[in-house]
Amino acid sequence: MKSLHDMGVAETRQALQSKQVSSVELTQALLDRAAAHQHLGAFLHLDAEAALARAAAADARLAAGESGALIGVPLAHKDIFVTADMPTTAGSKMLEGYRSPFDATVVARLNAAGTVSLGKLNCDEYAMGSANENSAYFPATNPWDTTRVPGGSSGGSAAAVAARLLPGATGTDTGGSIRQPASFTGITGIKPTYGVCSRYGMIAFASSLDQAGPMARSAEDCALLLSAMSGFDERDATSVQQAPQDFHAQMLQPREGASAAQPLKGLRIGLPREFFPAALAADVDGAVRAGLKELEKLGATLVDVSLPRTELAIPVYYIIAPAEASSNLSRFDGVKFGHRAAKYTDLLDMYKKTRAEGFGAEVKRRIMIGTYVLSHGYYDAYYLQAQKLRRMIADDFQACFRQCDLIAGPVAPSVAWKAGEGAEDPVKAYLADIFTLPGSLAGLPGMSVPVGFGEGGMPVGLQLLGNYFKEGQLLHAAHALQQATDWHRASPVSRPF
Amino acid sequence: MANSKLVRGYEVVIGLENHVQLSTQSKIFSGSSTAFGAAPNTQASPVDLALPGTLPVLNRAAVERAIRFGLAVGAKVAPLSIFARKNYFYPDLPKGYQISQFEIPVVQGGQVEFFVGEERKTVRLTRAHLEEDAGKSLHEDYHGQTGIDLNRAGTPLLEIVSEPDMRSGAEAAEYAKTLHALVMWLGICDGNMQEGSFRCDVNVSVRRPGEPYGTRREIKNLNSFRYLLQAVDFEVNWQIDQIEDGLPIQQATVLFNPDTGETRAMRSKEDSADYRYFPDPDLPPLVIANDWVERVRGEMPELPAVMAARFQNEDGLPAYDAAMMTASLALARFYEAAKALGAQPKLVANWLMGEVSRRLNSEERSIESSPVSAAQLAALILRIQDGTVSNNAARQVFDSLWNAEGSDVDALIESKGLKQMSDTGELERILDEVLAANAKSVEEFRAGKEKAFNALVGQAMKATKGKANPTQVNELLKKKLG
Repeated sequence: MKSLHDMGVAETRQALQSKQVSSVELTQALLDRAAAHQHLGAFLHLDAEAALARAAAADARLAAGESGALIGVPLAHKDIFVTADMPTTAGSKMLEGYRSPFDATVVARLNAAGTVSLGKLNCDEYAMGSANENSAYFPATNPWDTTRVPGGSSGGSAAAVAARLLPGATGTDTGGSIRQPASFTGITGIKPTYGVCSRYGMIAFASSLDQAGPMARSAEDCALLLSAMSGFDERDATSVQQAPQDFHAQMLQPREGASAAQPLKGLRIGLPREFFPAALAADVDGAVRAGLKELEKLGATLVDVSLPRTELAIPVYYIIAPAEASSNLSRFDGVKFGHRAAKYTDLLDMYKKTRAEGFGAEVKRRIMIGTYVLSHGYYDAYYLQAQKLRRMIADDFQACFRQCDLIAGPVAPSVAWKAGEGAEDPVKAYLADIFTLPGSLAGLPGMSVPVGFGEGGMPVGLQLLGNYFKEGQLLHAAHALQQATDWHRASPVSRPF
Repeated sequence: MANSKLVRGYEVVIGLENHVQLSTQSKIFSGSSTAFGAAPNTQASPVDLALPGTLPVLNRAAVERAIRFGLAVGAKVAPLSIFARKNYFYPDLPKGYQISQFEIPVVQGGQVEFFVGEERKTVRLTRAHLEEDAGKSLHEDYHGQTGIDLNRAGTPLLEIVSEPDMRSGAEAAEYAKTLHALVMWLGICDGNMQEGSFRCDVNVSVRRPGEPYGTRREIKNLNSFRYLLQAVDFEVNWQIDQIEDGLPIQQATVLFNPDTGETRAMRSKEDSADYRYFPDPDLPPLVIANDWVERVRGEMPELPAVMAARFQNEDGLPAYDAAMMTASLALARFYEAAKALGAQPKLVANWLMGEVSRRLNSEERSIESSPVSAAQLAALILRIQDGTVSNNAARQVFDSLWNAEGSDVDALIESKGLKQMSDTGELERILDEVLAANAKSVEEFRAGKEKAFNALVGQAMKATKGKANPTQVNELLKKKLG
């Protein structure tokens, strides 16, 4: 058996089922490890008591002979998911100390499946950011190089999994917040089709874009977690009414006409020329192409395609997402819950002071942008126009999918940047979202899988995008790649971090 | 176009917006109860409180009620409509936005017909849309603070918007009453105005005939038809005063003070609010397929207009009477029950519009609580029809029934000795006596003085102690006088 922290979700399951280790043992080991790595800034909240109680309950279920895949598996939740037994902050001072009376559906499902939550993971405030430097508490850092960012907004989740503090974690992806940190930290993450996971209990940033997803060390681990997380929820009107999916079985389903040596035979992978601009960093391009080469060796065919409105995805997203956020964040007004200013002269003053004190700079920026683009006289030019372009971007993808099954390319234009670099110019960070935004706008499922290293020895991720509800196809391809390569097994553990 | 409703030479233009609380068990976007009167904040779930992570889910029963309304007013039920967020900050609005409908409402068009006096009037509807109610702000009970009760937050509302087709306060009040009766008839609203189930906002403007529409002011939250009339009256005169003084009318929201009888503008900041409407991304478009509409149509009660037409065609009631009989479902049922027992439709209508209505109004009660039942009224009318009692006598019996001095019509007629004289021989004998005793009147009548005849009738009724059948007296006297 590997050292306890080296096991991924599937391996942990094996070890627990075969009684090589108990959940309590494993949980304690990870709690100790998390405590010893606080400088990574991965956790906002660690609850040993709650975790060990859940672990003990899981051990009882295992002893009773239950065989569910996730019983006793430790993980943690991005602090954007509300939890009844732990505080939820969304990385914001506005919710410091907030205790939700209910669990997010995704959390409840993972709890029911027997997972053991160690605590809440750091994130950019209200999921707004690409570096986890917008957390109101402290930044998360990249375990591969702690002078660099882990990516965002699910930076804490990525750091924890990459640093082997957890076998898996939940994240959320609105414009790339699972895929990009996964790429920056060399782990695997998947954002499913919009509507596959329930948003009930996920603090809303941009309602038409937010999706929950797992972050772990392999496609297989992601498949196990996603199966438990996903499914129709009557409390979320945007959740898709489909039967519960076994993504693990779908991942293992062999392709027709494929062989053991060529598991991806017949799979057409489209490479949009707009995802490989001249400006793409050479190290990223190199790693991505290496990954694509492996996929070819496994039988996939690479096809040139085009997503002509790729660049437009940036202004479209940065109009729609802030617009929805400006409305979603109105409820944080100091009246019912969360922070309220200590001193104020009247209602308006209370609102102003509460929100000025409770929200960080990036959140305020986006609320202002969002309010502006929805306001009278500007709605048609900005918001309405952006929604029309969004439809066209989605149509562009459909045109591609007539020529290919999956779309591939880089996740981000570079490897993780140095901490503090993004501070002067927020727009620079926005521009770096160029490859993940289009898939988000179209609501398509997307993954990031590690394909090697770039500048400074920092990880590079390959992005795979599938058509609606093709998570199985994505996971299958990623799994095939990971059976044939070792990139996903690399960890920064050998480096002091 | 004839317009006799001008006020000081100005035409009054009125449109109404009514907020109707739909009588569903639970709220429009959450499962909380909508029952009135619970202790504050005991009917407010995490969704109603807008706790982080909560989401709205649409209540089908609210949609059904909207469909029913749309069908009843002959409107188009939109096959696809969109929920939109209306954004503004207020403590009784937990999310900081109200979920409503903006560009594409669920009900489009339609019309409402009613009578103002004897005149028939039609008001066109612009639209009706679904939205959620806000909570309540309670100022009185708290010193220097305001209490927020979110029980009401999320209650389903149907906002019904009329075209500015009304031309007087009276028309506006009748429209509101008709709409009020209709939503109760349809079973979509309990109509309890004290509890805020049915609220009226009135848009009023004035103009010289032929000129374009004037600037309107909106009188908000009127919860009685009497106040509506008073408010409109004051507002119209206030606006005319302004214009005559050369002052412009500023668009404003105004409140009516029942104690002073005046309307007063609220802070004008309210009116320039930009609500930044956009389609709510948490709710998919509302799709109403034809079969749903048809199912609702099939389950609807007979509409008042249809029933009124039936009363006209089958029972021979005049249009006005038929409209009166269908003012409420309970009244219509009362009418039909009495009719079914053999009472003449026109007589039933007369009694309901007359005696019954007068007493119900003065005692501020509704037909459902009438002490006289349909069966009792029918029995009484049958005794008029068969000549047993005169109308006058019947009124006395009715009195007794109303005051619960007795419950059986025949028993009351007997005990009060109100039976009309049926023996024509006896009557003729008395009439001969009357003519003999009133020779002067006879002479005057024969000389051409019509009034003398009435005097003789009066004498005859006196002589018979009111028990004679007036019609018979008339006939026989005429015969005797040649």
